[in-house]
Amino acid sequence: MRAVDGVSIEIGSGEVLGLVGESGCGKSTLGRGILGLLPEGARADGEVLYGGRNLVGLPQKALRRLRGPDLGLIFQEPMTRLNPLSRIEDHFRETLKQHEPHLGEREIRKRSLETLGKMGIPPTRFRQYPHEFSGGMRQRIMIALALVLRPKLLIADEPTTSLDVIVEGQILALLADLRQNFGTALLLITHNLGIVAESCDRMAVMYAGRIAEEGPVRDVFADPAHPYTRELLRATISLDTKELHSIPGAPPNLMHPPPGCRFHPRCPDAMQVCVSEQPVERRLDGDRRVQCWLHGPEQRIPEGGRQKLDRERIGIADEA
Amino acid sequence: MAVATATPRGIRRRLVGPGLRRLWSPVAETQGLARVMFVTGATITLFFLVLAFFARWIAPYGFTQYQAHGHRFAQLAHPSAHHLMGTTVESDDVLSRVVWGAQTELKVVFLALVLSLLAGVPLGLVSGYFSGWLDRILVLVMDALFAFPPLLLAIVIAFLLGSTVSSGVVTAAIAITATYVPQYFRVVRNHVISVREETYVEAARALGARPFTIISRYVFFNVVQNVPVIATLNAADAILTLAGLGFLGYGVQPTQAAEWGYDVQRALSDATNGIWWTGLFPGLAIVLLVAGLTLLGEGLNETLNPVLRRRRFGRIDFGPIAPGEEERT
Amino acid sequence: MKPDAVVSSDPRAETSLVSIRDLKTYYSIRGSFADRLVGREAGHVKAVDGVSLDIRRGEVLGLVGESGSGKTTLGRTLLGLARATGGEVVFEGRDITRLRESEFRHLRQRMQVVFQDPHASLNPAMTIGEAVGHPLRIQGVAKRRDDVRRRVVAVLEHVGLAPAEQFMDKYPSDLSGGQKQRAVIARAIILNPVLLVADEPVSMLDMSVRAKILELMLALKRDFDLTYLYITHDLATAKFFCDRIAIMYLGRIVEIGPSEAIYADPKHPYTQALLRAIPEPDPERSVPRDIPRGEVPDAASPPLGCTFHPRCPLAFEVCGWESRDLKDLLDARWARAGQEVYEAERALFGDLSALDQPSTRARLPAGKGVPGGDLLNVLESARADDPMEPFWSGVRRLSTAGDGIEVEWHEPIEPRLLESGEVDVACHLYDPGALRQAEDARGASDR
Repeated sequence: MRAVDGVSIEIGSGEVLGLVGESGCGKSTLGRGILGLLPEGARADGEVLYGGRNLVGLPQKALRRLRGPDLGLIFQEPMTRLNPLSRIEDHFRETLKQHEPHLGEREIRKRSLETLGKMGIPPTRFRQYPHEFSGGMRQRIMIALALVLRPKLLIADEPTTSLDVIVEGQILALLADLRQNFGTALLLITHNLGIVAESCDRMAVMYAGRIAEEGPVRDVFADPAHPYTRELLRATISLDTKELHSIPGAPPNLMHPPPGCRFHPRCPDAMQVCVSEQPVERRLDGDRRVQCWLHGPEQRIPEGGRQKLDRERIGIADEA
Repeated sequence: MAVATATPRGIRRRLVGPGLRRLWSPVAETQGLARVMFVTGATITLFFLVLAFFARWIAPYGFTQYQAHGHRFAQLAHPSAHHLMGTTVESDDVLSRVVWGAQTELKVVFLALVLSLLAGVPLGLVSGYFSGWLDRILVLVMDALFAFPPLLLAIVIAFLLGSTVSSGVVTAAIAITATYVPQYFRVVRNHVISVREETYVEAARALGARPFTIISRYVFFNVVQNVPVIATLNAADAILTLAGLGFLGYGVQPTQAAEWGYDVQRALSDATNGIWWTGLFPGLAIVLLVAGLTLLGEGLNETLNPVLRRRRFGRIDFGPIAPGEEERT
Repeated sequence: MKPDAVVSSDPRAETSLVSIRDLKTYYSIRGSFADRLVGREAGHVKAVDGVSLDIRRGEVLGLVGESGSGKTTLGRTLLGLARATGGEVVFEGRDITRLRESEFRHLRQRMQVVFQDPHASLNPAMTIGEAVGHPLRIQGVAKRRDDVRRRVVAVLEHVGLAPAEQFMDKYPSDLSGGQKQRAVIARAIILNPVLLVADEPVSMLDMSVRAKILELMLALKRDFDLTYLYITHDLATAKFFCDRIAIMYLGRIVEIGPSEAIYADPKHPYTQALLRAIPEPDPERSVPRDIPRGEVPDAASPPLGCTFHPRCPLAFEVCGWESRDLKDLLDARWARAGQEVYEAERALFGDLSALDQPSTRARLPAGKGVPGGDLLNVLESARADDPMEPFWSGVRRLSTAGDGIEVEWHEPIEPRLLESGEVDVACHLYDPGALRQAEDARGASDR
């Protein structure tokens, strides 16, 4: 099963990149794959270039040293990294001692309180246990734990999905300010286009293990290059929605993906070539990329390939 | 970058019904130690099952048969061509007693298992689903039973029943049942308590289902996954308990059937006289059967328990990275 | 044998399918071991705390709130899955509040539910055909196999799981999230209910699938003449789907009215905050910065007065200011100010535990040898940093007392649901009586 199939993305220092896609598109696997945190039986291939080194294939020990001070990760469920039997103070001490063993107690306390303060956690609660905090505060503590090591890149995998909308707004405001406050770049993995629109500089849309399109948020929203992006935007229900739209069919089974372009069975603009050939990545103006035959290249499309596909109605059996 | 997850191979599709297939597929997928344990255990257990089922044809003689063709067998004879495992002081053929003993052991243990399940599982279901005072009382009773040293409990019950129940097999089975009922009760009850909170159970309530319907259709099938493992491991333990009872003279009486524990006890005095075959073979049989069942149970546990399960993965081949096109539109 | 129908005396009840009056659903909390030993009551969680509303026939009523709002508990109490502690629920003219389960059972044909998690709502041990057909057997509506099968096929086709034969023998694990939810809906409507309670039916589904399920629900509403109670935290889908909306916060309704009115002119500050906070797929917008602070408080000991006041940007004198708000204020100040300021100022105070008890008066001891005036200075400094902070409007008196200081706040008033234009809202900003009292309090306050 190809969870991630030939993905290339770049994140600049201090940049906020939103990786958006629906369930099963491979975005979480990509996020963890970057850090080498893959489940058993999974193998990664390709390049993850960080600081001039390729992280794929690095031995676990080297990766462990990088995880933390260089690459941070926060999850959807804020209790995953918090030990219910340890005070917050102990969490921070353990983290800092592991990666910066030269720090003294006072420095540890200073750094921890400072980071927590920026996350809105008061020093009066430094010695409390995780269960004494609410969900939103635990997520802030998780973020603070990741940021106290001043990582260059923070990967946030659906950090607000399990939180209420007002708390979500609070957390997103914190994440959006990472660049100013910490100089940290952020890879924000989410299924929510609204979050991407409000907090990210650039975005990458994933579908069935591949990047459908990538570019600055403003440009992609204003003029989506890939039909999936366009349909996804139309399907998103917001306060301005007048009509309901959905995308017919369902995401493909990644063990047996459809031939050619993975989106073609559901694409309203599918052409003949889309059935047989996987689209090739194209660079567009304005620092954008897209993988779609609608954007050529012409010389790779065979005779008659541009003809619109006459699809039989997608059986509802395939409907989600 | 590409990440691929290998698919488990060797899933047999041609089994009866989708339900069985779902049960079998984890078994076929196991690898490593779990598989070895499972296969070894299954083989040994199967061997003894064959002995038990076909005792009449496999055993050369009856279990109290001390003569044939008018000849009385030699007493305490060395293992030889006539008596592959030798004879006892009463001229009984050891091999026959071992084979017949297998039948006894498995008969008793099977009966005990069935009775324990019939008692423990429904009580666990009811106790876990309804809670309240019924639950409190049952838990108290079961914990008390559980706290009792099992062999002691079995002895007491066998002793009490020995006078009223004629069949030693049934007596032994009931005695053993009492020691295992708390386990099934507890496991099922705990599982029910967590399943009870599941959305689909609440959905069943919302449909107006009566408690009995909910328990039988919605709860039961979702809580019994652990039972086979526990049953197998209990079977192993039950063999030991039964042998212990037999050793002490309770449960199965020598006139009713051959029993390994009893044989071992009789062989104690032989050992001091340098006669090893009367004790070794029954003893070995006990050890082997218990080991086989234990391996089977542990192998099953590693197989069925999703946390412990280690699947067999195929190879993953990555193709060459497709060259990126760098043209502008 | 059905008990006699009890008709409610409320005239509005006749046109309403469901009439809920002052419903309360409390859960008692089991206290710590020490508490139980001494026999001390640990208190209640007031999940639903005095809710009154009507669900009119044929409408879609949205019940909107975040976690802890009580919306799910309200739904479950209505369905008889949770026991009401007080108040009454009248369904089709009949009081169902205190019915025993055996009496309620038959009624369940008339009201059904669709739960949030499609992956957990279906019994993993039953096929789709069995699961969807089971209500017919449970309620004794159909017994013969072919009869049941026919009806199951019909309803599966209706919800879009066609051809039905393809789904009848599948297990839930073989279906996608959207398909599972369709099966759940099929199971809910096969008995032809008149009321359908949908608890977050689409929030666990992907965006491209949500619209399909919502469209399905609207189509079914037309075809089967259904009434919906749509419980959700997502105001965006609620806007599209609902005729009327009730916003809940900590067990109470804070605003209720027609959909257009709520969205065009939200009155309650909480409603306004919810609307502001929804992430909009519009890159011109950036993350809103004026989001209320804090989170939904602990329902076991809610804030005094209006339970939203600690987070409300527009709170004033009578909204329920108390000692715990001062604790939050100090916490926030010290989080922002940095370690040196925190340690310096904290040393001035003695034991701050008085601020953990909800009260309109608090006495704070000073640290050893610290004059009370120093504590006042800290508070004055906090005030100077942010004079617009609503907390200060609630302070009635601030003075030295004994070896520390004493703070007193204005008397709180609990908000009531009052009519204001097209909607009913429970907020003092729209309560002339409360506004008057606040004015008086302002005049009388003495710092």
